[in-house]
Amino acid sequence: METALAMPDLSPALAEIILAVGAMALLLIGVFRGDGSSSRAVSSGSIVLLIVAAFAVISQPDGRVLTFGGAFVMDGFAVVMKSLVLAGSAIAIVMAQGFMARENIDRFEFPVLILLATLGMMMMVSANGLIALYMGLELQSLALYVVASFHRDNTRSTEAGLKYFVLGALASGMLLYGASLIYGFSGTTNFDVLAGVIALNGMSTGLVFGLVFLLAGLAFKISAVPFHMWTPDVYEGAPTPVTAFFAAAPKIAAMALLLRVMYGGFADAVFQWQQVVVFISIASMALGAFAAIGQTNIKRLMAYSSIGHMGFALVGLAAGTPEGVKGVVIYLTIYLIMNAGVFCCILAMRHKEGPVEEISDLAGLSQNQPMLAAVFAMLMFSLAGIPPLAGFFAKFYVFLAAINAGLYALAIIGVLASVVGAFYYLRVVKIIYFDNPAPAFAGPMESEIRAVLAVSALFTLLFILYPMPVLKMAEGAANSLVPTVEAAEAGSEEAPAVPAESAH
Amino acid sequence: MEIGLAHYLTVAAILFTLGIFGIFLNRKNVIIILMSIELMLLAVNINLVAFSAHLDDLTGQIFAMLVLTVAAAEAAIGLAILVVYFRNRGSIAVDDINLMKG
Repeated sequence: METALAMPDLSPALAEIILAVGAMALLLIGVFRGDGSSSRAVSSGSIVLLIVAAFAVISQPDGRVLTFGGAFVMDGFAVVMKSLVLAGSAIAIVMAQGFMARENIDRFEFPVLILLATLGMMMMVSANGLIALYMGLELQSLALYVVASFHRDNTRSTEAGLKYFVLGALASGMLLYGASLIYGFSGTTNFDVLAGVIALNGMSTGLVFGLVFLLAGLAFKISAVPFHMWTPDVYEGAPTPVTAFFAAAPKIAAMALLLRVMYGGFADAVFQWQQVVVFISIASMALGAFAAIGQTNIKRLMAYSSIGHMGFALVGLAAGTPEGVKGVVIYLTIYLIMNAGVFCCILAMRHKEGPVEEISDLAGLSQNQPMLAAVFAMLMFSLAGIPPLAGFFAKFYVFLAAINAGLYALAIIGVLASVVGAFYYLRVVKIIYFDNPAPAFAGPMESEIRAVLAVSALFTLLFILYPMPVLKMAEGAANSLVPTVEAAEAGSEEAPAVPAESAH
Repeated sequence: MEIGLAHYLTVAAILFTLGIFGIFLNRKNVIIILMSIELMLLAVNINLVAFSAHLDDLTGQIFAMLVLTVAAAEAAIGLAILVVYFRNRGSIAVDDINLMKG
C-alpha cells in the first residue's frame, strides 16, 4: 500500500495552496494588529495574494493533469475560469474599500472571507468528483453567507444573510442528496469513471433522480429560475460591494462547475439533462425580463437582470456542444466586466447621509455628472445587448451555438426575452437623461472605482474592434473541456485516467 | 425479514422529505429550520453509508464524514447569523423576516 500513502502531486493545486495559506496568514495579521488600522493593509495584502494566485494559475503547464487521486483536475478550462474568478474577487475587494470605510464596516475579516470564498470557487472549478464538488461549494457558500450579513448592525443586511443561509442550506441539502444517489447508483464519485459507467450502462432511474437533485442544487447557486427566490432579497439587503461580488464570481464558478458536471460526468446523458437545462434557461430569461419591469430599487433590478443573464448563459450550456461551452465562457467574461462597471456606477449613487438605491435618484444625472451618466447609459445598452457593444456579442455567441445545435425554439425565446429585457434597461437610461433632476450625488468617486469603471467601459465599447483574445481564450477553454469527454467515451472499458501522482 | 438497501433508502427519503417540509411548512421559529436542515443532511448520510456498505466501497463513508464536518460548520454559521439578526430585530419568528419583498 505504499502508493496509497505517497504524497499527491501538489503542483496543479499551487494557486489554491497559496490562497489558503495566504488567507490564514492575513487572518493572523488582522487579529494580532487589532481593530482599526489593519483593514486597509489586509485588503491590499489580499489583492496581492489574488494576483500571485492568478500567476500561479496562468503558469500551469498545458494539458490535463489530475491529482489527489483523480479528485482534482487542472486543464485549460480550469485556467480560464479560475482567472475570471480571481479577477472578479479582486475587483470586488478593490471596489469595497471606500464603501466599507464610509459605512464604518471596514473590518479586516471582509477581504479574508472573500479570499476563502474564492478558494472554494477555485475548488469548484477544478472539482473532478462529487466530494471535491461538495467541499468547494460549501467553502464558497459558508463564506458568502457571512459576507452577505457583513453589515451586522443593519437589519436588512442580516436579514439578507439569514435568507441566503436558509435557502442556501436547503439547496446544499438537495445537491448532496443528488450526489448520494449518483454515488449509490454508479458506484463512484469520480466524474471520469462516472462518464465511463454511463457510457456502458446508460442512465438508470436512480441516476436520473440524482442528476435532477444535483441540477437543482447548482441552479440555486447560479440563481436560475425555480430556485431564484433568494436573489432579489439578498442583492437588495447585502452591502453594495458584496452584491457586486455576488453577481459575478460565484456565478462564474457555479457555471463552470455545471459545465464540468454536464460535459464531463454526464456527457452521455445529454438527452436527460438537456430538457431540464432548456426549461431552466427559458424560465430564467422570461422571469429576468418580466419581473424586473416593476422594480424601483436599482440593486433589485440588477438581481433580476442577473437571473436573466444566467438564463442566457444557460442557452449555451443547453446546446451540449463545444461551441456552446465557448459561448458560455465568452458570455461569462463579458458579463463579469460589464457587471463590475454597473456596480461602480451604483456605488457612486450616494448623498451626504449615505448611499441611495432608488432608480428615481438617478434622474438628472446627465446634468449633474454627464460623464458618469454617459458611461452608465452605455453599460445599460450593453446589458440589454444593443449591437456595437460587448453585451451583444455575448448573446450572439450563445444563440449561435443554440441554433447550430438545432435548438431553434430556445434561441427565438431568448431573443424575445432580450427584447423585453431591453425595456427596463432603457427605462434607466430614460430616467438618467429625461426625468426632472433629483438632488446631485455627493462627493467625487474614489480613484480605484474610477479605474475599474474606465476599464469596464473601454472593454464594453471597444470589444468589437479587438475581440480575438477573448474568443481565443474561450475556444481554448472549450476544447480542453470537451475532448476529455471523447477520451472517456473511447476508453470507457479502460481504467479511468491515471492520477498524476502514480507516475512518480 | 432482512433489512436491505431499499429499507435504508426509504428511511433516508422519508427523513429528507420531512426536512424539506420542516423548512417550508414551519411558520414559527428559525431554530426549527436549522433543525430541519440538519435532518436533511443526516438523511443524506444514511444514504451514503447504506450505499457504501451495499457497494462494499469506502468512498461513501469518507463522504459521510466530510458531510458531518461541513454540517457542524454550517450550524455554527447559521446560529451566528441568527444571533446577529436577533440583536437587530428582537425576534426570530419566521413571519417577521419580511423587510424586503417583491
